Amino acid sequence: MSDTTHTGPVLAADGTPLKRSLARALRRQKLRALALISPLLAFILVAFIFPVGDMLYRSVQNGIVEDTLPRTVVALADWDADGGDLPSEAVYAAMAADLKDAAAAKTHTRVGSRLNYETPGLSSLFRKTGRKAKTFDIEGGAPWREALIDINDGWADAEVWRTIQTYSPRITPGYFLNAIDMQVGTDGAEMRPEDERIYMKLLKRTLWMSMLITFSCIALGYPVAWLLANLPMRTANVLMILVLLPFWTSLLVRTSAWKILLQQQGVINDILVWVGLVADDNRLVIINNQFGTVVAMTHILLPFMILPMYSVMQTIPPTYLRAAKSLGATNWTAFWRVYFPQTVPGIGAGSILVFILAIGYYITPALVGGTTGTFISNRIAFHISTSLNWGLAAALGAILLAVVLVLYWAYDKIVGIDNVKLG
Amino acid sequence: MSALPPYATTGQRIWYYAFRVICGLIFFFLIAPIAVVIPLSFNAQDFFTFTPEMLRLDPEGYSLKHYRDFFSSPDWQQALWNSLTIAPFATVLSVGFGTLAAIGLSQPHVPFRRAIMAILISPMIVPLIISAAGMYFFYSRLGLQGTTLGVVLAHAALGIPFVIITVTATLVGFDRSLTRAAANMGANPVTTFFKVQMPLILPGVISGALFAFITSFDEVVVVLFVGSAGQKTLPWQMFLGLREQISPTILAVATILVVLSIMLLTTVELLRRRSERLRGLSPG
Repeated sequence: MSDTTHTGPVLAADGTPLKRSLARALRRQKLRALALISPLLAFILVAFIFPVGDMLYRSVQNGIVEDTLPRTVVALADWDADGGDLPSEAVYAAMAADLKDAAAAKTHTRVGSRLNYETPGLSSLFRKTGRKAKTFDIEGGAPWREALIDINDGWADAEVWRTIQTYSPRITPGYFLNAIDMQVGTDGAEMRPEDERIYMKLLKRTLWMSMLITFSCIALGYPVAWLLANLPMRTANVLMILVLLPFWTSLLVRTSAWKILLQQQGVINDILVWVGLVADDNRLVIINNQFGTVVAMTHILLPFMILPMYSVMQTIPPTYLRAAKSLGATNWTAFWRVYFPQTVPGIGAGSILVFILAIGYYITPALVGGTTGTFISNRIAFHISTSLNWGLAAALGAILLAVVLVLYWAYDKIVGIDNVKLG
Repeated sequence: MSALPPYATTGQRIWYYAFRVICGLIFFFLIAPIAVVIPLSFNAQDFFTFTPEMLRLDPEGYSLKHYRDFFSSPDWQQALWNSLTIAPFATVLSVGFGTLAAIGLSQPHVPFRRAIMAILISPMIVPLIISAAGMYFFYSRLGLQGTTLGVVLAHAALGIPFVIITVTATLVGFDRSLTRAAANMGANPVTTFFKVQMPLILPGVISGALFAFITSFDEVVVVLFVGSAGQKTLPWQMFLGLREQISPTILAVATILVVLSIMLLTTVELLRRRSERLRGLSPG
């Protein structure tokens, strides 16, 4: 029996137990991997994730009313909006004092336009009253109820006060309700009047057109992917260039090409007139509508459908089809029962990718969509840069992002993010 | 699809040729809109269609007028210059951060790999309008809105997913025993990286860089919001031109961009083949 044998844990060269030594090595490896990733992660968090999160917070943020009208918010808290009476003199006095401060700080128009999103007319009410508010004598001006109503009879409208009371809290569901065509009414959330419901219609149109584009891409992409996967390598590589060139060409170039082609005085109409299918004075309107958007976007997104389909089809051995046929299947049965089911993962991957990209498109619908072919993104852009209703833009964005993230999650489950291939 | 067997029936023959015609039409649909821009850009008139002179192949019908407009207009030249300064900086940022992270991600043990990957790929998935709006608000608060630096940072974030995807794909085929062999022979990690690993993954890094470059060079939504008039890029100028008074100069710009994309495509294809050869994945 040798005395070097011992029953304790196995030791590494430096005398520490092997288990601990291995664990330390593993930990060091993990830390090194994280150290390599962390600069990028920090960059993406600061440059991308925080901005998006910050924007999403705007969809519920409503500090402006309380910040601008602090006294009114406190005084108005006990007022019973359903009682039918106007608020008490104390509320009016608080409002006068708040307006005087707000007018001095020039913030009264901002709160006015914020409240105007909910009840039209409030913007001008605040603007007009604010003009006189600078000279208010808070002590000597009482009674303020009569004085304010004297300046603008909007202050005698219980609806105005109800709006201010409803939108006093710092967090509001108002923008989200607005984004799904609802509003806060007398008894909780209710649908907006029929003629003001635009966002659900727009969302449905966006989803419907994205689906239409996805299906056109499947219909056009499937035969091409099949041909590419079954041709000899050399020919397939040459034809692949025809798919990859549009993929690499600038989006603006492709959109402008369609804009030029589809015009009433454009090449397509010229050819149709020349062939005699269309009369010269009756040229087709194929741009600035849904048709134009669908055609141009199908063209732009088609490579994103063909590439995943192709990479799946490449892995299917051609012998399967031959085996099916030799067992007596007709061409159609062999395709439908044997080949097609194996291509479903490719179709799924391509469809989700195309759908995700289509639903968030902005440039192409803005340029070839006219008024009927625009997407929800165009509305978001409108609210950010033109109407300045940022809360509503953020709420619409949050809804769009939620749809995209669900699809992204599905894509990750089905395909795996690691398996995304480019070119 | 191999050649038609000699015993094929008439129906099979018809289907065989019909299928090829259908595929030909789809290829035509893919290429024709891009191809048609090129001859139209040499139009001597300010029309967006073929004039009778052009159809007769009369030299009178063709001219370089729109190209002269492009090269003499200060607006377009400024836009070109802006694009050419923003895109390289954004590319350098995405490639630098992206390559490091891709190497980290391809280590055998990475905690939270899926979550990290999902975050790093997200700029590609989140609709551009949402990214643009978020960056607009956030960067205004930091004072970066309307500065070239802001646009470069935004574009770098958008280019990163492409770098991550291409470089991790290259690293999948990377033989780890090579780095161990280098370490064994006394090379420190930095030398190993630059002398052994980098030359092998370089094709992937370059294609990632080209993707990041074209992403920034093509991008218009984010620059519309994050940039101001001083950062007007080529796609922005095209967007304005298409939305307001559509000027035929756009055709010349489009043609130049198509030529650029052909060059990029060729480079990426050559790199891909070289990379596959290096890794012994395919004979081609």
